[in-house]
Amino acid sequence: MANVGRMSRPSENDGRAGGKRRPWRLAVPVLVLCGLGALLSGCNFNGPTFGESHGVDVQGHDIAKLYSGMVIAGLVVAAIVWSLIFWCIYRYRRRGRDEIPKQFQDHPLLEMTYTIIPLIIVIVIFVFTVITENEVDSLSHPAAATVTVTGFQWGWIFHYHDADGLTVRTTGAHEDLPSAYTASIYPQLVLPDNETTKIILESDDVIHAWYVHAFDFDRFAQPGIHNEFEITPDRIGVYPGQCIEYCGLYHSEMLFSVAVVSQKTYKEWLSYNEHHQGTQPKHFTKGFDETI
Amino acid sequence: MTTLVTHPESLSLPEEEHGTSGLLKWITSTDHKVIGKSYTITAFVFFLIAGCMAMLIRTQLASPDNTFVSQHVYNELFTMHGSIMMYLFAGPFAFGGLANFIVPLQVGAPDMAFPRLNALSYWLYLGGGIIMLSGFLTTSGAADFGWVAYAPLSNSINTPGAGPDMWIVALILTGFSAIFTGVNICATVFYLRAPGLTMFRMPIFTWNMMVTGILILIAFPVLTSALVMLWCDRHIGSHIFTVSGGGVPVLWQNLFWFFGHPEVYILALPYFGAVTDILAVFSRKPVFGYRGMVFCTIAIAALSTSVWAHHMFTTGTVLLPFFSIMSYLIAVPTGIKFFNWIGTMWRGSITFTTPMLFAVGFLIVFLFGGVTGIFLASPPVDFAMHDTFFVVAHFHEVLFGTAVFGGFAGLTYWFPKYTGWMLNDKIGKVSFWLMFIGFWVTFMPQYLLGEKGMPRRIAEYLPSTGWATLNRISTGGAYLLFLSVFVMLVAFGESWLKRKERPAGDNPWDAHTLEWATSSPPPHHNFYWIPPVRSERPVWDHNHPDHPTVKEHAREVRELVGVGAGTGARGGLAEELPPSSAGGTSAPSGDGHGPVSGNGHDPTGESK
Repeated sequence: MANVGRMSRPSENDGRAGGKRRPWRLAVPVLVLCGLGALLSGCNFNGPTFGESHGVDVQGHDIAKLYSGMVIAGLVVAAIVWSLIFWCIYRYRRRGRDEIPKQFQDHPLLEMTYTIIPLIIVIVIFVFTVITENEVDSLSHPAAATVTVTGFQWGWIFHYHDADGLTVRTTGAHEDLPSAYTASIYPQLVLPDNETTKIILESDDVIHAWYVHAFDFDRFAQPGIHNEFEITPDRIGVYPGQCIEYCGLYHSEMLFSVAVVSQKTYKEWLSYNEHHQGTQPKHFTKGFDETI
Repeated sequence: MTTLVTHPESLSLPEEEHGTSGLLKWITSTDHKVIGKSYTITAFVFFLIAGCMAMLIRTQLASPDNTFVSQHVYNELFTMHGSIMMYLFAGPFAFGGLANFIVPLQVGAPDMAFPRLNALSYWLYLGGGIIMLSGFLTTSGAADFGWVAYAPLSNSINTPGAGPDMWIVALILTGFSAIFTGVNICATVFYLRAPGLTMFRMPIFTWNMMVTGILILIAFPVLTSALVMLWCDRHIGSHIFTVSGGGVPVLWQNLFWFFGHPEVYILALPYFGAVTDILAVFSRKPVFGYRGMVFCTIAIAALSTSVWAHHMFTTGTVLLPFFSIMSYLIAVPTGIKFFNWIGTMWRGSITFTTPMLFAVGFLIVFLFGGVTGIFLASPPVDFAMHDTFFVVAHFHEVLFGTAVFGGFAGLTYWFPKYTGWMLNDKIGKVSFWLMFIGFWVTFMPQYLLGEKGMPRRIAEYLPSTGWATLNRISTGGAYLLFLSVFVMLVAFGESWLKRKERPAGDNPWDAHTLEWATSSPPPHHNFYWIPPVRSERPVWDHNHPDHPTVKEHAREVRELVGVGAGTGARGGLAEELPPSSAGGTSAPSGDGHGPVSGNGHDPTGESK
């Protein structure tokens, strides 16, 4: 420690000026190793997501993996810094009367160390971020299916391109909330399992956002902008979705659901609806029946 | 612990006796202390109003399908809660209240550089605040497009009515008020520093306020211009943010966040500064890594102007890696600050008064808010978290951590200087513990709710979502927070009732910086005498000549205060010196610094 308080009386620093106990020096490498170790182990992912969805699609798995690694690394760093704070609170509270500690102020080496270590940590995190980001945002050509999703105040239109103009459209009701997001009053997006669907996102009026928690994914639907992204679901089921960008009075009721069905069921569902234009498409509910 | 000066009655300045009094005196005052107090009280009242709105919001969310307030009212409530907290409380409380009162004192100036402009700032701010709140009185209600007012939701078709217009006008007014204050703070710091007070001897609070002033000058004009454009779209038929007329809605987001992200640091840096000063004072040590601290502040400010689009990762219109790495990099100077704060406490002699508790509480809560911020700087994670309650929990931890924990730390620390009497420490501590517990109970469940996929800004949710229990816990925590603020009000009230019994004296905390060298509250022109400034802790150096801050100055200070010297003043603590004899013995030349002196050094002592 750069010790400036040359003139301080020795008796004031009993037990402090020994110079042997230097947890700083220990804490810093521990911080690096734990932080990086946790991040790396997070990337051989098998681990917890702290309540976040593990993802029911390929892209969602990647995001959950990154998130898990970051949370573990973050908690380790936080735990180390908290311990240092609590150590100060415990160890250096004034016990004697009117003692004046050493007036040290600088330690260039130590300061450099705790500048460089966070820099390394964020660069490592950034590398993992970019890798994941490229995987999540990549567009394969061509996708197996393409759906245009249009948000409006306050509902969704799902338009299936390959099905010769099939449009599924349902608006939300403003009076009472039904008990489940799968209720037929809310629109449902049907996606084939184990296939990549390209989604083109638009808005008719204000900004909405298409959010499905099970996919760990949301994207803005904006007027004048066509956002494209891909979803490759890998677990059959029905999942809740919701507009997540505030869009006016009935924003809370802009619900929808996503049904991931087998490829066979998906084809049957499409052709059935092609031949029954104008009627409400079949809604899948939890534990649904595969027959159309 | 020391009384530095006794003020001869003959020195009272004629300005103190001008004819006005009462309301007229308050309205016409250009004294930075009066304006600073007005700002502090006004901002605190806005804080209470927005806090009440938060209670209504949390009550609505306590159970699914709740009809405690209607969706329309709910939308108004979260819009106004956010707007008041961001525009009328957190910022003005810092750069209007604390900075106005403290910065001139910390640099040893008699007032701000432009006292009349300063008064104008306050009245614009008050006017803007009243106009914003008056939106509730219009038939269509107050603004309800969120505090970010995203176009095209904020245009005249989607949000008609006078309430939103009043919101826009109010922000233009308070924006100008902030700009004027920023100019004033910078000019004061640049031109009115006391002799000897070089830039690198300024207290960290003043440093941070200066950098905040510069950030204000960068950020607020952009907001004001964007608001004028929005006004034109709403009223004179322009199509800047409207697709149908060839406009670009996402431009609003770029402009808004170009203001909005520096704004976050405009709200944070002043409180960082206050906390830094407080940690040093109550650890009885200088700030660890003082220069590093200053460079970190500047680095944070610089980086904050290039991270705005991390609020827009999910728009699909921004370059993700650039804004991601810039956002990550902000964590580095912030992390360094944390280590410097720990280094300041390290091997110190810490006393846990109310301000110190709030300052340490700030460290603990802000750390967690900062760490979750790093998660959100990752675009893929943001895809999963954007606009969920995770984000709500994150920015409340960060902003509540700074503006309320840091703000209360500053308010209780400078309370004796503001008023001249001490705050009731026991009640203050009760308030802290209620707030500290309430904080975690409120916001930790919100992180979990975000992870479970609960969107922000929804007035109701289905019972089948399973969000009810966590929401109920969060609401309980919010009530605790409300109670903690109420207890702080009780502490203020009790201290006022017993003000005669607890006079503060000049320097009740054995603090380091110049504001503690004058009386509490300071006289009209602040200083009769300023100790020689040889480091960033002039008052400490004066009071503890045995324990100076900076090695290079140790010898110099020793000579000046006479430690170990055969002639001149006696060594030891200042309190040992009878003020009358000190003035005579150490300043034999009688070089015109007047009869008031602790150890006989006037501001011009620099030249000796």
